[in-house]
Amino acid sequence: MTAPLDVPGAAEQAVPEAVTAGMGRAIEGRSLWQIAWRRLRRDKVALAGGVVIVLLVLVAIFAPLIVQLLGHPPLEFHYDQIDPDLQISPAPFGGISREFLFGVEPVNGRDIFSRVVYGARISLLVAFLATLVAVVIGTVAGIVAGYYGGWIDSLISRTMDVFLAFPVLLFALALAGVITDGSFGLSGDTLRIVVIIAIIGFTSWPYIGRIIRGQALSLREREFVDAARSLGARTPRILLTELLPNLVAPVLVYATLLIPTNILFEAALSFLSVGIRPPTPSWGGMLSDATHWFQIAPNFMLFPGLAIFVTVLAFNLFGDGLRDALDPRGR
Amino acid sequence: MAEDVLAGAPESGPAPRPSGSGRPFLDVRDLRVHFPTDDGVVKAVDGLSFSVERGKRLGIVGESGSGKSVTSLSIMGLHKRGSARISGEIWLGDDELVAADPERVRRLRGETMAMIFQDPLSAMHPYYTVGDQIMEAYRLHNDVSRRAARKRAVELLDRVGIPRADARVDDYPHHFSGGMRQRAMIAMALSCNPQLLIADEPTTALDVTVQAQILDLIVDLQAEFHTAVVIITHDLGVVAELADDILVMYAGRAAESGPAVDVFTEPRHPYTWGLLGSVPRWDRERSERLLPISGSPPSLINVPPGCAFHPRCPYADRNGDRSRTERPELVEVGPRHLAACHMGLEERATLFHDEIRPKL
Repeated sequence: MTAPLDVPGAAEQAVPEAVTAGMGRAIEGRSLWQIAWRRLRRDKVALAGGVVIVLLVLVAIFAPLIVQLLGHPPLEFHYDQIDPDLQISPAPFGGISREFLFGVEPVNGRDIFSRVVYGARISLLVAFLATLVAVVIGTVAGIVAGYYGGWIDSLISRTMDVFLAFPVLLFALALAGVITDGSFGLSGDTLRIVVIIAIIGFTSWPYIGRIIRGQALSLREREFVDAARSLGARTPRILLTELLPNLVAPVLVYATLLIPTNILFEAALSFLSVGIRPPTPSWGGMLSDATHWFQIAPNFMLFPGLAIFVTVLAFNLFGDGLRDALDPRGR
Repeated sequence: MAEDVLAGAPESGPAPRPSGSGRPFLDVRDLRVHFPTDDGVVKAVDGLSFSVERGKRLGIVGESGSGKSVTSLSIMGLHKRGSARISGEIWLGDDELVAADPERVRRLRGETMAMIFQDPLSAMHPYYTVGDQIMEAYRLHNDVSRRAARKRAVELLDRVGIPRADARVDDYPHHFSGGMRQRAMIAMALSCNPQLLIADEPTTALDVTVQAQILDLIVDLQAEFHTAVVIITHDLGVVAELADDILVMYAGRAAESGPAVDVFTEPRHPYTWGLLGSVPRWDRERSERLLPISGSPPSLINVPPGCAFHPRCPYADRNGDRSRTERPELVEVGPRHLAACHMGLEERATLFHDEIRPKL
């Protein structure tokens, strides 16, 4: 009869399964992240990119300390280093020496090394925060569009199209003219940084939004979503606990690939003097200043350019490696 | 519980309901689920009625595309609004689900009705541990602490026969074997003691040796919790093992329904004969070939006129043109036993006994 339930019987029947599973435990189950980390560790190029990124972040954080040890304050003028007639350093290689590791700027003799180091702060800060803005907006918009579909999807997708078709640089140039110091209760560099982050963030979210929408579109048809609904889960819960964890990998990969794009974007804006205003050092701004001098003082252009190049390359290599490591099929 | 006495009884007739409304616990009436598409309206379910009492097991059998799963998803209210047009009535206890507020149906999901899916690997979330997912299911409807929910999850896993449940509760679904995953899935579905359990091909993705264990488990738990169970399958062996009643579906409608014993021993629809003839039997000589049903399932956009089964039915010519022009209604052919066929009842009985049964 069914009344006295034979629990031990049921457990007994399950023994063959338990045995196989028990053997599996000896091998130690690995989570997706452990597997990804193991694969990433084998990818030396990506690892090198990761190391460079960590170093750059450390440089940005400890910029004052580094400059104190190895250079001069970034805003300090050194007219004694400048030939009054040529307006550049009379020393060979643009004045590269023990004291000025990357040489000195033409005209005012500022320490290029210190300015590149401080420039890392602006570049990374803007790139990280703008990417964060893009990722948050893009993920929310993409997940909502993909899961709900219908007119909500159409609305969000068309909005993305509009943003993608936007002439961003022209818009940024115009905006820089309109926004005066003191707008939004902010001033100086803070205002500039916020404006740049807003411009970059709001124009790059549709890229990530499209990717996430596509993923959400296929994820919502998966059976575990139906299973969660069959247990009575509400829609927000399904979006957050069922869909989002599956989107972490693509979001992470895309974010690491978006950061270098945003570094270049920030440099471009600063180059067009829409971004950070002098005298605050930024890589793009330095490149812009250096255009007049690159024939007689190439070091002024070389070092900020090299900084951008290395940073972008490092992020791209790391992002590529991360994508390979997180792709379950890319074994 | 007083009703527990009824659980083992083979035939309890119209069981008394606690609410006293005289309606079976799950009562589906004239359910129609249509999907408008560019090619036309897909009539996945077209006028289906059946009922299940608490403590009873109904097996819904049919080919792919006969509307079995669409029916179960309609009961659960899992069809996307906008894409499916649902009409008819689905009564679950005192709630009518088709016209009900989606939020009301959501509350009933998990708590009053729950579902077991075909493939437990794809139905469990790969990122969370098995225990987390059971706790999650329990906490959706019960305001309890994580610790209490965890205790419940361990209890449930133990109950469904997972050895060392207190350790395995922290494993991920991919650490479990297929059979254990289905057990865990059952534990999740049962976390809130649902009164209706729908199992959509619960053993199709499993090894045959594990299938019987899972079916036994469902039967045991159903008796223990006095649940109404709907098992959807294309495997007659599964329903033979555990269903009290059988509903044979063809092209979105019921072809035959009745107590399992009657449908198996005295089937009165040529489609049911065909299904029975295509089942391998270990107690027959190997030399005989299985008898497949000729033809293929009908398009649900252009359902054949008259009896939907007529293009594949070897006996369609026996009624003149009726099978091609007039849709047969479900008619009582025995106690609680219904079949939809134009052939005379006597004729069918003779046919089955003389021609069909000897070949089964």
